[in-house]
Parts: sequence; structure tokens; C-alpha cells
Amino acid sequence: MTVETLDIAAIRKDFPILEREVRGKPLIYLDTAASAQKPRIVLEAIQNFYQNSYANIHRGVYQLSAEATALYERGRDDVQRFIGANDRREIVFVRNATEAINLVAHTWAEQNLEAGDEIVITALEHHANIVPWQMLGERRGTKLRVAPIDENGDVIVESLEALLGERTRLLALPHVSNAIGTLTPLKTLIDIAKARGITVLVDGAQAAPHTPVDVAALGCDFYAFSGHKLFGPSGIGVLYGRLPLLDSMPPFMGGGDMIETVSFEQTTYAEAPQRFEAGTPDIAGVVGLSAAISYLENIGLKNIEAWENALLTRATRVLGSMHGLRIIGNPRRKVGVLSFVLEGIHAHDVGTALDQAGIAVRVGHHCAQPLMEIFGVPATVRASFSLYNTPAEVDALAAALGETQELFS
Amino acid sequence: MDELRDLYQATILDHNRKPRNFRTIDPPDRSANGHNPICGDKLVIFLTLDEDRVTDVAFQGAGCAISVASASLMTDYARGKTLAEIELEFERFHQMVTSSPDAPVDTQAIGKLAVFSGVREFPMRVKCATLAWHTLRAALHQDNRIARTE
Repeated sequence: MTVETLDIAAIRKDFPILEREVRGKPLIYLDTAASAQKPRIVLEAIQNFYQNSYANIHRGVYQLSAEATALYERGRDDVQRFIGANDRREIVFVRNATEAINLVAHTWAEQNLEAGDEIVITALEHHANIVPWQMLGERRGTKLRVAPIDENGDVIVESLEALLGERTRLLALPHVSNAIGTLTPLKTLIDIAKARGITVLVDGAQAAPHTPVDVAALGCDFYAFSGHKLFGPSGIGVLYGRLPLLDSMPPFMGGGDMIETVSFEQTTYAEAPQRFEAGTPDIAGVVGLSAAISYLENIGLKNIEAWENALLTRATRVLGSMHGLRIIGNPRRKVGVLSFVLEGIHAHDVGTALDQAGIAVRVGHHCAQPLMEIFGVPATVRASFSLYNTPAEVDALAAALGETQELFS
Repeated sequence: MDELRDLYQATILDHNRKPRNFRTIDPPDRSANGHNPICGDKLVIFLTLDEDRVTDVAFQGAGCAISVASASLMTDYARGKTLAEIELEFERFHQMVTSSPDAPVDTQAIGKLAVFSGVREFPMRVKCATLAWHTLRAALHQDNRIARTE
């Protein structure tokens, strides 16, 4: 364990919300997988931007607009560096990972896929990487095929490979499962698909805050993630797309900022990424995301990953030894998330009971209903761990679960 | 833990563990499906009628303790009641679970269902308590749509 370099007490002080109480108890926030809390540096960056440098970006000839534009475009550089993209023009700002995936479905897929073409996804998928492809199927007659997982919650590589056929045009898969934490063998799967000339989209929403991402090394064509899970503000997200693909894609939405010239007869579109950023974007969101990235880079993703793994290992050991508790999903590699059920107690009742102890967890299907069905549970309790959580919080969770079992016994 | 004990009163825990009227009626005069998409709670209500009086009522399904206990206690209540009586009781019940936690509860009027008054402290759980009632109403009105809390 090489996490001595992390000063968790100092890190916790960076997050003002962790000082508050919930129902008279200190907040124990174990729902970072749904959305991360914000460090002061992010809050201050946004405040400072609105207070000192705010104006609309691009085309402004005055000082403020130039400053705002510089901050916005610096955000693009920060994201490029953070995910290892080769070119800053490969970074498109969107609202969230969901919008990023929908953008690809409405542009690249509309342009390149025909009736009968196939899209392969995995059984681990969040609804955000299922529904846009079903909607595309309704529009274009494309087919959706689902690669199975084994009883541990791991993608079965051979089964996925066997699904890739003549008509497969896209492999869309998660980097990390939001519901059970599976870290997929992404590089292997991308290589398999690319060897067949299949385009690959990665839903990285659950991975980017927890594990280093290098899109160029991965060799994927698209990578989608959300700023709010990355300790940045809600409302800002990123679509990475390989430049030749972005350049060849039609616009997503029409409006200002995405054009080259407009007349009432004809409009020509701007180059990527502006082509995909119609209208005034979430400028402050980008400024906040920039600050979040610099915060994470200072601590180091490797250190964060190691700390979270230590917490996850402890939670798995402590909760795993509890009678009447079943952990859902036991993949080879797991990131930040522990999903479980208490025998005879519905997940929602567990969630309410934990809330009384000041513990915030997510209960339900985690926007992955098909996955819940595979494990034969309507809902699970999901505790997720982040850089600001402590071993003592893991133990408090176990104690509160014990009390919950007592209440319902 | 006090508020938690108010929510999960002994009667509720008992009806969750051993739900009453947890069966099907085949064939029913009326039936309806209820679904809470937020938490995935699902139930089916079956009933038989003699004119406007419920002669038998039962349910099937799965959900949290609040929704199961609510369906259990509601079916106990509704058997033998007229449509008008059920409507009135639902109104009282709904008013109770959505009222302010400090508001007095008319235990005389609401009877056994007063055990759900603790739900008032937990606004996010109101829909769990009312799902069965919405579904019963849909069945009574022979509304073939799925009753939803959303």
C-alpha cells in the first residue's frame, strides 16, 4: 500500500460539505458513484470566474470576453491532458456522459449505420448506454446485441468476441460498471473490436474519477464522461472523439457558435469541436471542471485509486463477513463500488435506516435494471468510496447495517 | 433511531413479515397493476364486488416494508367496504401521510392505519405508503392503465 502520501484529514478539509451534520450525525457520504462532492478549489474557481472574469466566450473583442474564452479553452487543454488525448480538438464539451453518448448516436451513428447493422453492448450497461441505441434502432432499424457477463459480474471476453460479426458497426461498453464496480478489460476488448474495424465507444462516467484514463493508449474512438462525478460541477461533461471521426460527423444541434457562415439559403458548419458546441455552453462548468482536474492531478489518480481500493477491500471484508448480507458482483477487478442486499430487508428500507445514521448510500436499480435482473434482485444497496472516505466510515456503515438488521429481525 | 421506530412500528414490521391477503383471486371482478418506477415496487390488486361493495380483496407483489405493509393493512380494511367508504378512507390516509409531522392524527377516524403516521417524517417514502391505495382505486375504477406513483 503506497498511500501514506495521502493526508486524508487534509483532503477532508478541502470539502466544506463534509463538515455538516445529517439528522444530528456527522455526514458519511458513500454515494460518490452517483455524484462526487466538490472541493473548495472548485467552488472558489466558479465564484471567482463569475465575480471577476465572466462574459460570453468567442468573438468578443473586449478584455472580459477574451479572459473568459481563455479560461474555457484552457479547460479543453486540461481535459486533453487528463485523459491523454492527442489533440485538443478531440475534446467536445457537453452536459454529461449521457449527452455525449446521445451525441454520437445522433451524428456518427445516423451517418454511418443502416438498417440491419448491429451495435454490441454488455450486460453491465447503465441505461445511458442502452436507451440511446434502442432509440437509434427505432429510427434506423439497427439491432442491439448484448454480450453476457458471468456470475461474478465479469464480461465474458470470448462471448463478446463471438457476438462481433459482419454487421457489427459499434461496440459500446463501460469502463467501470456503476452498479457493481466491475473494471472491464477495456484494452483487450478494444483491440478485439478494432482488429475487425469496429468503432468503439466507452462509457467512462464511472471510471474517470477513480482510475487513470489514457484514451490514446486505449485506442477507443469515443470516450464519454461527466464532470459532476469528477468532483466538478453538475451540467458539464465531455465527449472525446478521435479527430478524423469528429471531422467527418454532421452537427448535433444547430445554432450559434457551431457555424462557419450562415445565409438563409445555406449554412456551413464550423470545424470540430465547435461544430458540436451550439449555443452558449456551460462556461463556468468548464472553469469548475478545470479546477477539479488540477485538484485530482495534484493528489494523483494512482494515489486515489490505491486509497479507494484499500477502503473497498476493508468494506468487502467487514460487510462480507456479516450474516444475512450478500455482496452482488465479485468481478476480478472492482473500482470504488460495493453493491449488496440484506436478506429479507428491502434496499429502500435499508437506505432510510442508514440515512438516520447520517449515512448516504444509493438504493435501487442504479439505472441498470437489466443487470439487476441477471443477479435476481429488484434493487441493491450501493456504497461507493472516494478519496475523502475513511476506514472509520466503513466501520460505521457496518455498525448501522447491524442495527438495521436488528430493527427488522 | 426514534424517528425510525416511528416509521417502522411493530404493526408495520409484522405486516411486512407476514402480509395478510397475500394471494390471488381467480377470476377477480377487477384487478390493477401498481408500479413505483423510482424504487421498482410492483404489486397487483385483485378484488370481487357485490354491487358497490368489495367482498374480497387480495394482493401480490414485492416492495419495501412500507409498501407491503400498506397493501396488507389496506386490504384488511377494504374488505366489506363500499366504494364511497374506501374513497373517504384514502383521502384521510393521504392527508395523514402528507401532513406536517406536528399535525394531530385523528386516530378515531383513521383507525389502525394510524401506524403509517411516521411516514410524515420521511417525505421520500410517502409514495411507498400510497402505492397500494392508488392501485386499489385504479382497480375500482376499472382503469386498465398501470397505476403509477410518478
